[in-house]
Amino acid sequence: MTLDFVSTLDYVWALLPEFILCAWGIVILLMGVSGKRNPASAGDAAAEMPSHDLGYLTLAGIVAAAVANGWLYGVTEVGSAGLVVVDQFRLFANWIFLLAAALAVLMSFTYVYRQRLQAGEYYALILFATAGTMFMAGARDLIVVFLGLEVMSISVYALTAFNRRDRRSAEAGLKYFILGAFSTGFFLYGLALVYGATGTTNVDAIGEAVRTGAAQETLLLFGIAFLAVGFAFKVGVVPFHMWTPDVYEGAPTPVTAYMAVAVKAAAFVAFFRVFLVGFLGAYAAWYPIVWWIAAVTMVVANILALAQFNVKRMLAYSSIAHAGYLMVALAAANDRASAGMLFYLLIYAIMNMGAFAVVVIVGRQGEESLEIDDYAGLGASNPMLAVFLTVFLLALAGFPGTAGFMGKIFLLQGAADSRLWVLSIVLVLMTVVSYYYYLRLAWYVWMRDARDPSRNGELFVPLPMRFALGAGAAALILLGVFPAATMDFAQTSVAAVSAFPEALASLIP
Amino acid sequence: MTALLNAVAYDAWVLHALVWLPLVGMAWVLASSEEQAKHVAFRVSTALFVLSLGLWSAFEPGSAELQFASSTPWIDAWGIDYALGLDGLSLVLVLLTTFTMPLAILGSFRYIETKQKGFYALMLLLQTGVVGVFAASDLFLFYVFFELTLVPMYFIVGIWGGERRVYAAVKFFLYTAFGSLLMLVAILYLYVQTRGDLGYASFAFADLAQANLSLNEQLWLFSAFALAFAIKVPVFPLHTWLPDAHVQAPTPGSVVLAAVLLKMGTYGFVRFLLPFFPEAAQHPTVVTVMIVLGVIGIVYAAWVAAVQPDAKKLVAYTSVAHMGFVVVGVFALTVNGLQGAIMVMIAHGVSTGALFLLLGMLYERRHTREIADFGGLGRAAPWLATAFVITALASIGLPGTSGFPGEFLALLGLFETHPVLGVIAATGVIFAAYYMLPMVQRIFFNALDRDENREVEDLSGREIAVLAPLVAAMIVLGVFPNAVFERTEPTVRAVLERVEAAAPAPAVEIGMDTTDTDEEGGR
Repeated sequence: MTLDFVSTLDYVWALLPEFILCAWGIVILLMGVSGKRNPASAGDAAAEMPSHDLGYLTLAGIVAAAVANGWLYGVTEVGSAGLVVVDQFRLFANWIFLLAAALAVLMSFTYVYRQRLQAGEYYALILFATAGTMFMAGARDLIVVFLGLEVMSISVYALTAFNRRDRRSAEAGLKYFILGAFSTGFFLYGLALVYGATGTTNVDAIGEAVRTGAAQETLLLFGIAFLAVGFAFKVGVVPFHMWTPDVYEGAPTPVTAYMAVAVKAAAFVAFFRVFLVGFLGAYAAWYPIVWWIAAVTMVVANILALAQFNVKRMLAYSSIAHAGYLMVALAAANDRASAGMLFYLLIYAIMNMGAFAVVVIVGRQGEESLEIDDYAGLGASNPMLAVFLTVFLLALAGFPGTAGFMGKIFLLQGAADSRLWVLSIVLVLMTVVSYYYYLRLAWYVWMRDARDPSRNGELFVPLPMRFALGAGAAALILLGVFPAATMDFAQTSVAAVSAFPEALASLIP
Repeated sequence: MTALLNAVAYDAWVLHALVWLPLVGMAWVLASSEEQAKHVAFRVSTALFVLSLGLWSAFEPGSAELQFASSTPWIDAWGIDYALGLDGLSLVLVLLTTFTMPLAILGSFRYIETKQKGFYALMLLLQTGVVGVFAASDLFLFYVFFELTLVPMYFIVGIWGGERRVYAAVKFFLYTAFGSLLMLVAILYLYVQTRGDLGYASFAFADLAQANLSLNEQLWLFSAFALAFAIKVPVFPLHTWLPDAHVQAPTPGSVVLAAVLLKMGTYGFVRFLLPFFPEAAQHPTVVTVMIVLGVIGIVYAAWVAAVQPDAKKLVAYTSVAHMGFVVVGVFALTVNGLQGAIMVMIAHGVSTGALFLLLGMLYERRHTREIADFGGLGRAAPWLATAFVITALASIGLPGTSGFPGEFLALLGLFETHPVLGVIAATGVIFAAYYMLPMVQRIFFNALDRDENREVEDLSGREIAVLAPLVAAMIVLGVFPNAVFERTEPTVRAVLERVEAAAPAPAVEIGMDTTDTDEEGGR
C-alpha cells in the first residue's frame, strides 16, 4: 500500500495503531464505568478472586495495535509532506511502547485490585498514554510532536496521581504536572522560535533549511536550545531531572515503571528524530551541550543512586543514569549510535519493567516494603523471584551474558564510530559505580537474613506477573547470547534517520 | 590413542564441549536434590577432566598455530566470531583448569554445608567462564568470558564466605570490573583502528595484532590492558583485593581463585600485551616499571606474608609473590623469562591450590586459621603433615618440585636483561623459605601441647583422593618440566618474534642471544 497524504484517509491508515489504541481506550473506559466493579464495595469482595477482564481486554487492544504496527511494514510512503512518517524507525519504537504498555498492564492486574483503583480509567489512561508516545515517534511535524507529547503527558499526570488514597501519589502527580507544564512551555517556545527561523514546522523542511543556511541563525539557536530543554525534561537528564526521583517514588509502581520506560523512550525517539533530521546542520552548535548533558547526567545520577536505600528511588536514579548513556548516542549522532539507542531502549524496557515488577511483588502489590532492608533474605524465601531480580539487576548493570551488556556495547560502538573516547570512558567508569548499587541490592537479597523473620514467607506472585518475569528474564539472557538478529533489525530500522554526512565526524573535536 | 581420537573427530568438538558442558552440568545440578548436588558436580567436572586429557595427546607440539580451532560468526555486523582455539599457552592453562575444578569440588564436600545446589551450580558456571577465557580466540568473546567469571565468584565469596564476605566480594568485584571496563574502551579503540587499517571489522586476535598504531597509541592502549590484567594478577600495588577475597572465600573458592582466576591476568599479559602492543611492551620505561613492580611484589609480599598470624592470609600473600615472578619473567622479554613465567603459572596453580585445600582441611578440623592455635599436628596427623610439607616445599621452589623450574627460568631471564633487579628478585626465593617454613614448623612440628590438636584426625580417603593428584603433579612437573616447555615454546617464540619485529633500533637487543642458555636451562 502506498500513502501520499493527499487524502485525509491516508492518515487513518498511517496512524492505524494509534487509532486502535484510542478507540480501545474509550471502550475500556465505558466498560469500566458501566461494569459491576464498584471499588467502594470491594472491601467485602476481597475474599473473592479478583476479576481481570478489563486487564485482559486491554492486552487484547495492545495486541491489535501491534498487529496494525506489523501491517504498517508493508506500507510505503511517498514524499515528505505528510504530518506523520511511516518508516521503520517509528515502527521499531512502537514495538518498544507496546511492549512497555503490555508489561505495565501485566504488572497492574493484582495491583489495581489490591489498591482499589478504578480499573477502567486506569487501563484506558495507559492506552491513551501509549497512543501519545506513538504519535511522538511518528511525527514529522513539530506540532504533531507537541500533540503526542501532550496526549502522553496528560495521561501520565493522571496516572501518577491515580492512587488517590495515597498522599505521596497526589503529591507526585501535582509536582509532575507543574514541572511538566513548565517544560511544555519551553518546548512550545522553542517550536515557535524554530518556526520563526525556518518558516516551517516540518522536520524534513527544517533540516533542509538548516543545512542550506536559509534559517535565521540566532532564532534557530534559541529555538534549538528551548526544544532541547523540553526534551531533556521529558527524558529526565541532569540538570532537568529534579522531578524524577520524587515522582517515580510517589507514583503507583506499575505507573513508575511505565513512565521510566515508555515516556522516556518516546521522548528519546522524538529527540533523535528532531535533532538528527531537523538540526543536523547545526550539529556543531548543539553537540557540546549534548556532550555535557550526557557526561554530567551519568556522573551525577550514578553517584546519587549510591545514596539511595529506597529501592524505588534507587531505580529512579538508575533510570536517569540510563538516560545519560542514551545521550551519549545522541552526541555520537551516527547511524550506529541511533540503532544502538533503539536496541538499548528495547532492552531497557524489558530489564527496567522486570525490576519494577519485582518491586511490586515485594511491596505486596502495594506501596509498602520499598526499603532495601525489605529485600534481605529474599533469596532464601523466594529463590525464583530472587533469581529473576538478579538477572534484571545484572542486565541493568550491563553485565556480559545479559542483553544489558550488548546494549551498552552497541552504544559504545556508536560512540567509538564518532571517536567520543572521553565520553566512553566516563560511561564505563560510571558503569563501575552503578555496579555498586545494583550489587548492593543483590547482596541484600542473597547474603543477608531477613530482618523480620515473620515476613519471611513466600510472596504472592500472580500468574500474569510470573509470565512477565519469566519471559523478561529469558529474553534478557537470550538477547545477551544471541543479539545479532535484533541488532541487525535495529540497524536497518534507522535507515530513515541515518542520512548523516561524512563531514560530520570532522566537527567532533 | 590418537587413532581413537581421530575416529571420534575429537579435534572438532572438544573445545566446545569443554566450554559448554559445564553449563549442562549446572542444569543437572539444579535439577538434582540438595544431597546429590555435590556428587553430580564432581562427576561432571571429572568427566570433563578426562575429556580434556585427550588434548594433551592430540596437541601437536612444536607449532605456534592455533589448534582445535573453529570459528563461526556470532555478531556478524561487527565482525565478532565465536572462535575457539588453543596454542601451547592456552593448552596448559585449560588443562590446569579442568584438573583443578574436580579437586576443588571434591575438597569442598565437607566445607560447604548450606545451599549446596547453588554453590555447585556456580562452580560449574565458573568453569565455563574460565575455560572460555583460555580457549577464546576472538577478543570480544574473550572479554565476555573474562567478565562472566566475576558473577559466580562474587556469589561464591559473598554467600559461602567468612565473616567479612560481603566486603571482600564487593571489593573483588568492583576492583576487577574497574580494570576490565577501561580495557573495554581500549578494545573498542583497537577495533575501530583495525577496521580502518584492514578494511573489514574483526575482533580476531590475529587481525587485531595487525593494527597500525603509533607508539603513543600503543602506550595508552597498553596501559588500559595492563591495568585490567594487573588487577587480576594482581601486581603490586593493585593487590589489596586479593588477601580479602582469599581469606573470606570458602576453600574451593580460594582454590579456584588462586589456581586459575589469577592466571587469567598473566595469560592476558602474554596473549595481548606483548603481541598487540610490541613497541610499548619493550619501551624501556614500561619494561622497567613492570619489572620493578614485579620485584616489589615478590619482596614486599614475602615480608608481609612472614608476619601474618592467619595461615590463609599468609598463603594469600604468597600468591602475590609468585605472581611477581610471572611478571618479571614476562617482561624480561626473553625465551627463558617467558617460559619460566608460564611454568610459574602452572606450578603456582598446583601448589597454592593444594595449600588452600590443606588449610581448608585444617579449618574443618579445628575451625581456626590462626597459626598459633596449632602445633605438633605432625604427630596427630602424619599424612596431613606429609602432604603439607611437600606442598610447602613445592611452593618455595625446591629443586625437584614444580616450583623450581619456573622460578629458576624466570630469574634467569631477568638476569639476562636486568641483572641488578634479578639479584633483588632472587632474594624472594630466600624469603619464601622464611615465611613458609616457620609456618610449617609452628603448625606441624612444635610441641603438641593442646588437647584439641591431639584429636585432629588424619586424612580421610576422600581427602587423600583430593591431595594425591596434586602432590603427584608437583613432583612430575618438577622432574619433567620439559613436557610443558616443549608445548609452550613455539608460542613463546612467536610472541617474542613479534616483539622483536617491532623493535625500534638495534640498540635494544632483547632475547636474541638467549637461545643457547635456553637449551641448558629449559631442557
